[in-house]
Amino acid sequence: MSRRPFTPKVVAANALLDGDAVWLTADDRWTRDMAEAELIEDEAVAEDRLIHALSQGHEVVGAYLVDAKATAEGPAPTHFREAFRTRGPSNYRHGKQADASRGL
Amino acid sequence: MYHYTEFDEAFVRERVAQFRAQVERRIDGSLTEDEFRPLRLMNGLYLQLHAYMLRVAIPYGTLNSRQMRQLALIADRWDKGYGHFTTRQNIQYNWPKLQDVPDMLDALADVGMHAIQTSGNTIRNVTADHFAGAAGDEIADPRPVAELIRQWSTDHPEFQFLPRKFKIAVTGSPNDRAVTKAHDIGLRMVRNEVGVGGFEVIVGGGLGRTPMIGEVIRDFLPQEDLLPYLEAIVSVYNLLGRRDNKYKARIKITVSETGIEEFRARVEDQFEQLRGEFGGADQELLARIEQSFAAPEFRTATFENFNAARLANPAFRAFTDTNLASHRAEGYCIVTVSLKAHGATPGDATSDQMRVLADLAETYGHDELRISHEQNVILPHVHKSDLPKVYATLREAGLATANVGLISDIIACPGMDYCALATARSIPIAQEIATRFDELKLEHEIGPLKIKISGCINACGHHHVGHIGILGLDRAGVENYQITLGGDHTETAVIGERAGPGFPADEIVPAIERLVGAYLENREDAGETFLAAYRRLGPDPFKAALYPEKETADAA
Repeated sequence: MSRRPFTPKVVAANALLDGDAVWLTADDRWTRDMAEAELIEDEAVAEDRLIHALSQGHEVVGAYLVDAKATAEGPAPTHFREAFRTRGPSNYRHGKQADASRGL
Repeated sequence: MYHYTEFDEAFVRERVAQFRAQVERRIDGSLTEDEFRPLRLMNGLYLQLHAYMLRVAIPYGTLNSRQMRQLALIADRWDKGYGHFTTRQNIQYNWPKLQDVPDMLDALADVGMHAIQTSGNTIRNVTADHFAGAAGDEIADPRPVAELIRQWSTDHPEFQFLPRKFKIAVTGSPNDRAVTKAHDIGLRMVRNEVGVGGFEVIVGGGLGRTPMIGEVIRDFLPQEDLLPYLEAIVSVYNLLGRRDNKYKARIKITVSETGIEEFRARVEDQFEQLRGEFGGADQELLARIEQSFAAPEFRTATFENFNAARLANPAFRAFTDTNLASHRAEGYCIVTVSLKAHGATPGDATSDQMRVLADLAETYGHDELRISHEQNVILPHVHKSDLPKVYATLREAGLATANVGLISDIIACPGMDYCALATARSIPIAQEIATRFDELKLEHEIGPLKIKISGCINACGHHHVGHIGILGLDRAGVENYQITLGGDHTETAVIGERAGPGFPADEIVPAIERLVGAYLENREDAGETFLAAYRRLGPDPFKAALYPEKETADAA
């Protein structure tokens, strides 16, 4: 039986107070910008980082590993669900997309 | 309408105080998420894709103006100025912050509302016909009974950890607008051959992964036996229901695996034991509840101005043609206010719109509002002479869309724009279909047609019982939409049939257009609805329209 090869991952979660999508950085912060996240290329490291994330219950809820790809700007989503989490809903300009436009 | 007693008030306040302390302990780190999660869910607080979501019960869909204004205030103060009305007569706030939720719950308690049992494996918000107390075809107002069930089921010590969630719907009318056949228990008020009122009790209906139409477990249950009989059903389910497999835990599976005959026999046994324990207190309570649902004093007045406005204003005429239903009182009508403006999010109302609706209810509607499972708002008691003014006010607030029951009056769950369980988005599909058919100016020509969209197999958008159902799935990392045909949510309930392979997001609107084109081409006349044509013709002409390539390939 062939095992599916490991694909690069980031650790995702929701912030405890407002539930916003957050990702774990290499220096153990939770960022609201996925591009700042740590892209994990090794399975053992991924498991280790997830265990660390699961111990951060005072800051985040429901940490999980999710596929991501390297881009020039940093890690980016590969699946539409995580892509939506980087933006917010499509029916209103709420969530991250609104925060981003305020910052510009 | 029903007002909280001191007991209700004290109970709800105590729950809010408990939850406030629980939130504080979660934030200061004394509670882990594993410990806190069941506590927040007991109070209707979910965690979704981008934020928390607070689900507030609107028991049997009934609100007064004060409550509606408070929902608007909560939306403004602690959310983003709007609320989303759901297929289970709840309202959901999509952006609350954890630390604010206890204040939101206190604000709800101020107007006799709460979020208790809007999640978890408990008896959920009891839903009812949204035309209750007003409908011309009604045997009796189902809301006193729904309120009795709410009181019985709220914090019921035996039913806080059922195998799975449990949903009850009640209708007082033979025309079922409450989807009773797709609930764990559906109650239809009926009269027996000597005119005594009671219930037809339906059990084991449900949508979701394994859709089933409920079966009649008792064709006539006297009214006074209602609570012991319900308690018997739920306690038999509580024992027999499967806890080993979440997907087989609903009562519909219990009934189908046990067989309706055996299940009925067990319920009847249990009922015999329980019957004596109620001792009539429930009926005394029901009598008191009934007083608070006494019909308003309907006035007698002429309404020449209504007829004149219909002649003078085609937009008003279109509105009155589609958005009114017949009322039991002479000169009155039921007004359905569409929350489905073309291109808008189905079921969403801004706080300003909520206040307009509250004002209209107070001024012209005997202070009553209803939320329908079809995600619209109802003004149940409006005198026809007041309709031109009501219409003008609705129009100014963007609430006068004349599309109730038409192709753009779409049910859509929040889907992957909000919901953590969703496999695809629902809202944009609803927006695109409504916008397209508005551009085509075809929807009045098409006539009654119900499209229902769910963003996952759990079927909150009732896609199985849509005349056209759309189910959003994740197919190899791409949103894909499966169509079902011929579903029906009424007293003639049917689960729709899957038409064939799904469509990518950018092909679903053209597919619906082809489907509707096939209907218009094949119907006998304008009086034959989409559903009637589907029943007469079967799926073939519709499938041929959906999959023209296949036809061509088969022919070649």
